[in-house]
Amino acid sequence: MKLSLIHRSLLALALGAGLIGSTHAQTTLLNVSYDPTRELYHEYNAEFARYWKEKTGEDLTVRQSHGGSGKQARSVIDGLEGDVVTLALAYDIDAIAEKAGKLPADWQKRLPHNSAPYTSTIVFLVRKGNPKNIRDWEDLVKPGVEVITPNPKTSGGARWNYLAAWGYALKKSGGSEETARSYVTELLKHVPVLDPAARGATNSFVQRGLGDVLLAWENEAFLSVNELGPDKFEIVVPSVSILAEPPVAVVDAVTNKRGTGKTAQAYLEYLYSPVGQKLAAKHYYRPRKPELADPTHVARFPKVNFITIEDLGGWQAAQKKHFADGGVFDQIYAR
Amino acid sequence: MAAAKTFRVLPGFNITLGFTLAYLSLIVLIPLSAVFLKTTELGLDQFWNVVSAPRVVATYKLSFGLSLLAAAINTVFGLMLAWALVRYSFPGKRLVDALVDLPFALPTAVAGIALTALYAKNGWIGQYLDPLGIQVAFKPLGILVALVFIGLPFVVRTVQPILEDLDTELEEAATSLGARRWQIFRHVILPILLPALLTGFALAFARAVGEYGSVIFIAGNIPMVSEITPLMIITKLEQYDYAGATAIATVMLMLSFTLLLVINGLQAWTSKRTGRDR
Repeated sequence: MKLSLIHRSLLALALGAGLIGSTHAQTTLLNVSYDPTRELYHEYNAEFARYWKEKTGEDLTVRQSHGGSGKQARSVIDGLEGDVVTLALAYDIDAIAEKAGKLPADWQKRLPHNSAPYTSTIVFLVRKGNPKNIRDWEDLVKPGVEVITPNPKTSGGARWNYLAAWGYALKKSGGSEETARSYVTELLKHVPVLDPAARGATNSFVQRGLGDVLLAWENEAFLSVNELGPDKFEIVVPSVSILAEPPVAVVDAVTNKRGTGKTAQAYLEYLYSPVGQKLAAKHYYRPRKPELADPTHVARFPKVNFITIEDLGGWQAAQKKHFADGGVFDQIYAR
Repeated sequence: MAAAKTFRVLPGFNITLGFTLAYLSLIVLIPLSAVFLKTTELGLDQFWNVVSAPRVVATYKLSFGLSLLAAAINTVFGLMLAWALVRYSFPGKRLVDALVDLPFALPTAVAGIALTALYAKNGWIGQYLDPLGIQVAFKPLGILVALVFIGLPFVVRTVQPILEDLDTELEEAATSLGARRWQIFRHVILPILLPALLTGFALAFARAVGEYGSVIFIAGNIPMVSEITPLMIITKLEQYDYAGATAIATVMLMLSFTLLLVINGLQAWTSKRTGRDR
């Protein structure tokens, strides 16, 4: 059948209108996250979209962006339109509030549990059989032990590693600022390579065969063991470690502009629901409400005595004291 | 009054110049001026404090020292490679010729990971060097290896066309006049190649100074020992210290610019001296 030019144009117009019409009912959210949450949010997004469709009849697509936590925060500051951010540490979201004013300074109080629906901690990944017999923090500074950890100045995740070590030395009996500093100084002498990001550090340890122990987030340690074979590595949980709280927040400036405030809020609140908690535990994050998660998943997490970031004065204080230019970390290397 | 008008291939000198300047501004000058503007957020005192911190100064020494060294190594071996490719024919020559460009094409992170895998203690090469007490990966030596790798094509590609133009008759004439091999190289060939060698050196150096991706994997990144200047900039950015990051970038730019200016001046001078001035 031959169509005249006018007919064809009309047809194209009708198709175009149809497309516009269908995208109109379609809401999208952008979740700006950090690296290791990829699999968790991939699954969670699908679950939430289903829930949202049932509840409101709205079609929802959640897109994800992943990268180093600090880099992701900078992207949002510079204009990446993330409706929600789910990053590795509160300091990075503080920076979005402070540098760009895209959300209020008290954002962390808006959701329960410091806005962290799931947590993790810092554990030791050692080679199979634990040849250097590493059990606790003291073993890391024994002669001949090499420790792999990323640079806390460039890696947000590594700031938790550093603070876990600091907190351990500070809180143990007889501990003080001085003993904490001398312990961390000694520990850093056992670090042969400071990779700029957690991925690089894992790579050095796993692929390059460098070091005897990798300081890692528990969820990432589980992933390494499962992906690379339980016959190569094992996880050692120290007696004391830090409670790592990767927080989540709605970016008000973006949601106000895009009119997605309600959806974004619900998206984050749903993380605290049984579905969200189950998925977090499945992907090796410690759920805030373990009673909601699958008991077999929860059983994977050994008991740890936690130090919290509040014990160390909160992120702003810790950042200033340890990682700012001329801070404790710089002083240790300037010796 | 005016001297005989010189013939120009492109019409309209004014238009061409205007376009060149506008284009250069858009692509180079505007982004660079943004760097300088951001730096002005710092007072002079603060600026000086940032750029003269011992840890930052250590990175300048490492970055610029190793980049110059890598460019020098590439100049020597690049010349040898170009010579072999131009003067001799051997099976697989085209393949080798294509291989030279590979460091251009490879994503730098891939190069870094590959080199680290080779030179780490458990790597193909590293396992033999380690018992000899030579550690390459995660030491400054590793940075040098990476910089030599990424800078290889520059000298080869700048020297090659000049060598192709170079008649063997010149050398034959020199031989017939009783010149020895070293004399021929020193007095006949080298002066002709020198401008191209310097250009290649400058390009390889500039590339090495700015290199991040390949170096970062092999460097070890220990403060005061094996941190490069670009890593310092990233470190500042990770702390949301935009002004500090651009301050270091400014110093790096000025240092590089000065060095390139010197090299270009040297190149112009040698061109003139050898009569290949255009």
